[in-house]
Amino acid sequence: MIATLAWWMFGVAAVVWLAVVCATLLAGRRRRRRREQGSDGLVRVEEATDRRLERVVAVSVFATILVLAGFLAFDFAVGRALAQHPNVALTIEVTGRQWWWSARYEDPAPHRIVETANEIHVPVGQPIQLKLRAADVIHSLWVPSLNGKRDLIPGYTTTLWFRADTAGVYRGQCAEFCGLQHAAMGLYIIAEPPVQFAAWLAAASTPTAPPTDPVLVRGQRIFMRQCAVCHSISGTEARGTVGPGLSHFKSRSSIAAGTLSNTRENLTRWIRNPAAYKPGVRMPAVAIDDTELATLVAYLETLK
Amino acid sequence: MTESHDRALPVPQIMPADDVERTAAELDQTWAEPGTLWGWLTAVDHKSIGKRYIITAFLMFVAGGIEAALMRLQLARPENTLIGPDRYNQLFTTHGTTMMFLFAVPMMNAMGIYFVPLMVGARNVAFPRLNSFGYWSYFVGVALLYVSLFVNTGPDAGWFAYVPLAGPAYSPGHRVDVWAQVVTFTEIAALCAAVNIIVTAFKMRAPGMSLDRIPIFVWAQLVVAFMIVFAMPAVATGSTLMLATDRAVNMHWFNPPEGGDALLWQHVFWFFGHPEVYIIFLPAIGMVTPIVETFTRRRVFGYTALVMANITTAFFAFGLWVHHMFTTPIPELGQSLFTAASMVIAIPTGLQIFCWIATVATGRVRITVPMLFLFGFIFTFVNGGLTGVMLASVAFDKQVHDTFFVVAHLHYVLLGGGVMPLFAAFYFWFPKITGRRLGDRLGKWHFWLFVIGVNVTFFPMHILGLEGMPRRVYTYLAPTGWGSLNLLATLGAFVIAASVLVFVVNAARSWRSGELAGDNPWDASGLEWATSSPPPVYNFVYPIVVRSGHPLWETTVERPVVTGLATHRREMLLTTTFDGRPDSRHVDPEPSIWPLYLALCMGVLFIGSIFSPYFVLGGIGLSTIGMLGWARQSTEHVDRELVALPDCRLVETL
Repeated sequence: MIATLAWWMFGVAAVVWLAVVCATLLAGRRRRRRREQGSDGLVRVEEATDRRLERVVAVSVFATILVLAGFLAFDFAVGRALAQHPNVALTIEVTGRQWWWSARYEDPAPHRIVETANEIHVPVGQPIQLKLRAADVIHSLWVPSLNGKRDLIPGYTTTLWFRADTAGVYRGQCAEFCGLQHAAMGLYIIAEPPVQFAAWLAAASTPTAPPTDPVLVRGQRIFMRQCAVCHSISGTEARGTVGPGLSHFKSRSSIAAGTLSNTRENLTRWIRNPAAYKPGVRMPAVAIDDTELATLVAYLETLK
Repeated sequence: MTESHDRALPVPQIMPADDVERTAAELDQTWAEPGTLWGWLTAVDHKSIGKRYIITAFLMFVAGGIEAALMRLQLARPENTLIGPDRYNQLFTTHGTTMMFLFAVPMMNAMGIYFVPLMVGARNVAFPRLNSFGYWSYFVGVALLYVSLFVNTGPDAGWFAYVPLAGPAYSPGHRVDVWAQVVTFTEIAALCAAVNIIVTAFKMRAPGMSLDRIPIFVWAQLVVAFMIVFAMPAVATGSTLMLATDRAVNMHWFNPPEGGDALLWQHVFWFFGHPEVYIIFLPAIGMVTPIVETFTRRRVFGYTALVMANITTAFFAFGLWVHHMFTTPIPELGQSLFTAASMVIAIPTGLQIFCWIATVATGRVRITVPMLFLFGFIFTFVNGGLTGVMLASVAFDKQVHDTFFVVAHLHYVLLGGGVMPLFAAFYFWFPKITGRRLGDRLGKWHFWLFVIGVNVTFFPMHILGLEGMPRRVYTYLAPTGWGSLNLLATLGAFVIAASVLVFVVNAARSWRSGELAGDNPWDASGLEWATSSPPPVYNFVYPIVVRSGHPLWETTVERPVVTGLATHRREMLLTTTFDGRPDSRHVDPEPSIWPLYLALCMGVLFIGSIFSPYFVLGGIGLSTIGMLGWARQSTEHVDRELVALPDCRLVETL
């Protein structure tokens, strides 16, 4: 609907632009016919010409008003349609933070509440409502292929609803300047058929099983020592809320809000020096040696 | 509009030529401003202040342009590492702040300060010392921003400094403080210029220049001056009172946990910020009319319509600010109102364009460099205006708000609607300021490079915005596919840079050794062309009596003037607001150092307040001394005796 409105406006705007530019060029064209002029070289305009000009200008102004009224009516109609709140199938609370997104799937049963970050799975064809909050500064959630954008403002809760009609991955990004890494605050909306979505949700609400392999146990211990202050993993002691929750981390496609693809090499490099990829990022480079880092990454890689 | 009848002026007599020469010699002495450094610092002549204002503002245009070029280099390819995010954020904030606060508004004010007195036939602006004070305040703002930028304290929260990002918690350090105080200085400067222009245009017009004979450019300046008076206090409240105290002494105006409101800032800022666009745009299109008239050899079609369009635009400009906030939680009904208002404002603008086209269609067109720039203005600005109408639609705006589409739109409007008429005006009025014409050949190069550069730079940005590129990002990932359009935009930016370089070379060469222009090189109709180029300090030997809206296109050889003003002191004639009848005499103040001193004290006060509240006390103390000194000088030199009105005589064309 927005696209239709936009194409209509583009079309009409192009016509108006052409008309005005042509009129200007035609008017400015040097004429062979000499204008009537006084001895001082000034052009004397006859009254009849003047009246004709008045009519032309009046008609042009009237046409402008008509075009604008048309735009206005069209816009109101589209706005009305978009503002109809449908029966929401799913409400997700999205919080913008410097410089990542946290998402929380609401559910009356507390054990089924799912928290994730930067990647939001939704069922295809169902109206989704996003409840938007900001934890620090103003952000703006925008997934270009879905419905418009909405600001996330500290002290306010705003809402945005959309419906993804075809399955796929939709990239979005923060649109309101929010500091150093405004450019690297991406998110993905992953629209899946309802069955697949339900399976994902069920998996996501299940805590990860504790590791048994001794290497992984060591990795988890390193995580608890170095990372758990900021990050959380469901089913463990890690409850940090400063950084993105890492439950089922390996099921995501990217690291650091769409900055790097989620591979073992990238993860290692990222943990070693996050600021190299995202200067200004809140995550510090932790002091661990290469073997510890490899163990930690091995553990994180199991969080499927 | 009546064109010919005189309004109750005495029967004129021809005045002997040696009388004219003697009077001119006496005025030369009375109004002299010494050419020394001291003379320069104490100058109160509106032309010397206007000239330095124009030059400073133009240097700011160049500085803002260099920042833009650096940003374009960074964005030329994806994941570029030329400039990091910290520098980049300082660059785009300084670019926006410079272009809006230190180039565009001051430049338009400067053109008003230079030309309004000349166009209405006055000897100076109404408050010359205030004028000087305004310039120096502006100068302190310029110095503050650029010194800060070079010591890595350039503001970095965007030129509209949204809180809480710009608040004390998320912008520690002094970068945003610098921004808030730069804005303070430009507010003061703009208010000084506005007050001067209003009183000059209302009280100091040539006898006979009734409201319906005021040149359109002066009307535009007058309307904008009123807009400044209503808009600037909003941003003064926002930046100086609220944001600065939020940061300096934790007032929590905008801090939600303490009961503040983050959205409040946006209302306060945009209530000023939207009119600001028209504060730039209206004077620019005010420049269009005299140029069109001169090069079509006819009076403009629809004078009254043009004036009314200006006034209507000014009113509506204050009712649009929410269209910058369509993505915030503002009720839909409220948004619709602002959509409607944003569309309505296109009507008076369209009307003005139709009037100019009608004028051109029935006139005898001479294609000169100023006219070329006006064609460029129509070509570019109408594009920006139409995308503006599209952005007024809430549904569409929610999609492209805060993207490169908006960046494209605002540059089309400001470069097309502001800078192109300004360049036209430079070519048109340069001869009046310097006595020499700007070169034609380089002028054409300048024009073509500029028009091509602007369109190559900014047209691709529409597409980038629609493809999803947000504004104010220091880089973007390669898979987005935005690389080639960004590279194109960067190339365009360097074409613009080349065109501005051509202009600078042209201006420097022409100023030294351009073709001599004479009083009225274009055979234009306004009063500013009735005196020599450059004009003497006192502008006119005798105040000229005006009998139509186009005094220099009247058919008679003789020009009626007013005589009888004293020449041993800086006497000026005041006239009535509506009819322009001679009203009383007024003595213009002598040069003074106090405006400069007071501006520097304010600099101490406001810049110091960034570091410690005690500087406010110290600054007030120092300023008090300045104000006392200023006031003491004023009482000595200003007296307002109401004496018999001067005679009216005729002189042969001066």
